[in-house]
Amino acid sequence: MSMKNEPIIQVRDLVAAYGDEVILQDVSFDVYPGEAFGILGGSGCGKSTLLKQMIGLYQPAQGQILIDGQDMVTATEAERLEILKKIGVMYQNGALFGSMNLLDNIGLVLEEFTDLSKDLRMRLALMKLKAVGLEQAAYKMPAELSGGMRKRAAIARAMALDPKVIFLDEPSAGLDPVTSAQMDELILQLSETLDMTFVVVTHELPSIFAIADRVIMLDKRAKTIVATGAPDDLRIRSDNPWVRQFFGRESKISDT
Amino acid sequence: MAKDGVRDDSLHITLSGHLDIQRVQKEWDRVAAQLAEQNPHTVLIDASGLSYCDSAGIGLLLHIQAYQTSRQRTCRIQGLSQQSQRLLDLFDPGTFDMSPPRGTAVDRLLIQVGQATVSVGQDLYSQVAFMGEIMTKTVRLVMQPRTLRWNDTMTLAEKSGADALGITGLLGFLIGLILAFQSAVAMKKFGAEVFVADLVTISLFRELGPLITAFVLASRSGSAFAAEIGTMKVNEEIDALVTLGLDPVRFLVLPRILAGVMVLPLLTLFNLLLGLLGCALVMLAMGYPLVTFVERMQTSSGLVDLFGGLAKTLVFGLLIAGIGCLRGLQTKTGASAVGNAATSAVVSGIVAIILADGVFAVLYYFLGI
Repeated sequence: MSMKNEPIIQVRDLVAAYGDEVILQDVSFDVYPGEAFGILGGSGCGKSTLLKQMIGLYQPAQGQILIDGQDMVTATEAERLEILKKIGVMYQNGALFGSMNLLDNIGLVLEEFTDLSKDLRMRLALMKLKAVGLEQAAYKMPAELSGGMRKRAAIARAMALDPKVIFLDEPSAGLDPVTSAQMDELILQLSETLDMTFVVVTHELPSIFAIADRVIMLDKRAKTIVATGAPDDLRIRSDNPWVRQFFGRESKISDT
Repeated sequence: MAKDGVRDDSLHITLSGHLDIQRVQKEWDRVAAQLAEQNPHTVLIDASGLSYCDSAGIGLLLHIQAYQTSRQRTCRIQGLSQQSQRLLDLFDPGTFDMSPPRGTAVDRLLIQVGQATVSVGQDLYSQVAFMGEIMTKTVRLVMQPRTLRWNDTMTLAEKSGADALGITGLLGFLIGLILAFQSAVAMKKFGAEVFVADLVTISLFRELGPLITAFVLASRSGSAFAAEIGTMKVNEEIDALVTLGLDPVRFLVLPRILAGVMVLPLLTLFNLLLGLLGCALVMLAMGYPLVTFVERMQTSSGLVDLFGGLAKTLVFGLLIAGIGCLRGLQTKTGASAVGNAATSAVVSGIVAIILADGVFAVLYYFLGI
């Protein structure tokens, strides 16, 4: 969790727009290796757009996104593939392949990008499932799992190639408070054990406090980053009215 | 890289350098060969020289451990960095059995035969039950015609009827043309070309027209009904209808069935018309005037043949739309489920059409039609 070396992700002067409508502007931040980094904001603030840009699904109007030194925005097809091998993504609802069991969901990636034997691939896939506590469900189909299990399996799939960065989209959204807390615990444990960087996109305050070392906060009206820092610092010290409202209102709700 | 040796009854494995997913297969094969060959009582792994070890490398260590444990032998790992030790603990699946949960080949065969038999039975039951449900709700509908969603019904009738005119007409024309041409070649041998009109007219009216048009409806609309309703099922829209107090059968199925039953006879008529046109063209080309064709047509077949054929299409329309909707409602979850529902709607729709056609053949024979 120490901020060592060069940043693993550098976002510079990013502008996102759908047609003429600007969603985000002047977005610049760094993520350092090994840290758990939160992207926080309310609905419609552009955090999903920012995530899509970082994982190469959506082209920004302007700006740079350097992942391990390579620019995602201007990368050629071959370079993009190189970058994609360094990142793993957990989508909000898991996005597991419905026609395959969990082992095959993870084994598929290994099959495509390595020349390991089938036995070895299955063993590695099983290890990833063990890391998220799902080894007993190895031969289950995604449809047979609960929402929380599906998200955990999706994290296991994101870890398949030992990426340097794992992006998590709303890891605890749609889960009950207990499952959601277990999810946060799992992410925290993985983030502390593995030599990986975690980027968590969420609007859930409990998750942010549990997981993130540092956060940026996006605001819908300002269309940019309104605060950067450790979650506790933001809650106590920020003088941005919206940030105060966000933390204040939400903590009131979680108190009751 | 690695320097190994056997001392006494123990195998020393030295792992060093950069052990990642690209290199691990080679190391794995080497270690597995040594283990199999020497069958050592104790394995000592010296990992102090490892500069980097990813999860695949950890997998190798775990594999050696599990291999030794499964034979009640020992494995010791020395010099592992703290970080790698933590990964080892995180990823260790313990004694979890990797083998997929399957029995012997005979077991599997028996299970599959049993499951297939049960599913055929269940499928028949659900089809009969569904048709019964449709019938009772149709009766209720006749009593209160206002409860039907007429706008939907008309839109669906347009989509499955009017929009299908082109393809049905083209198929009818080509079938009439080809049938007339093929039979003309054979009948010429007997000097009976003029009877081509009889043959084509009767076969079109009684069998080919209704069947071809029903196949078109099954592949165009039966599959579409299944896919539409299947997607709604996957999106939980069907559940939403139920909890809103809107019966899916009344709301989705009856409009489709009514549309299917309405348009299939009309499409068949159009198909027949174009089929006769194709036949007439061939007759003209063989040198018979149009009036001869019309005269042969009138003497060979009557309204009984035409309406006997059209009556069948009412049942075909019901079967196609009904099975399409049923398959849609039976859709399970997942991306492939909707595809399966559409495929199954077409396949069982066509099977049902042929079966019903056979029943009609017997029925018409005894009725003397």
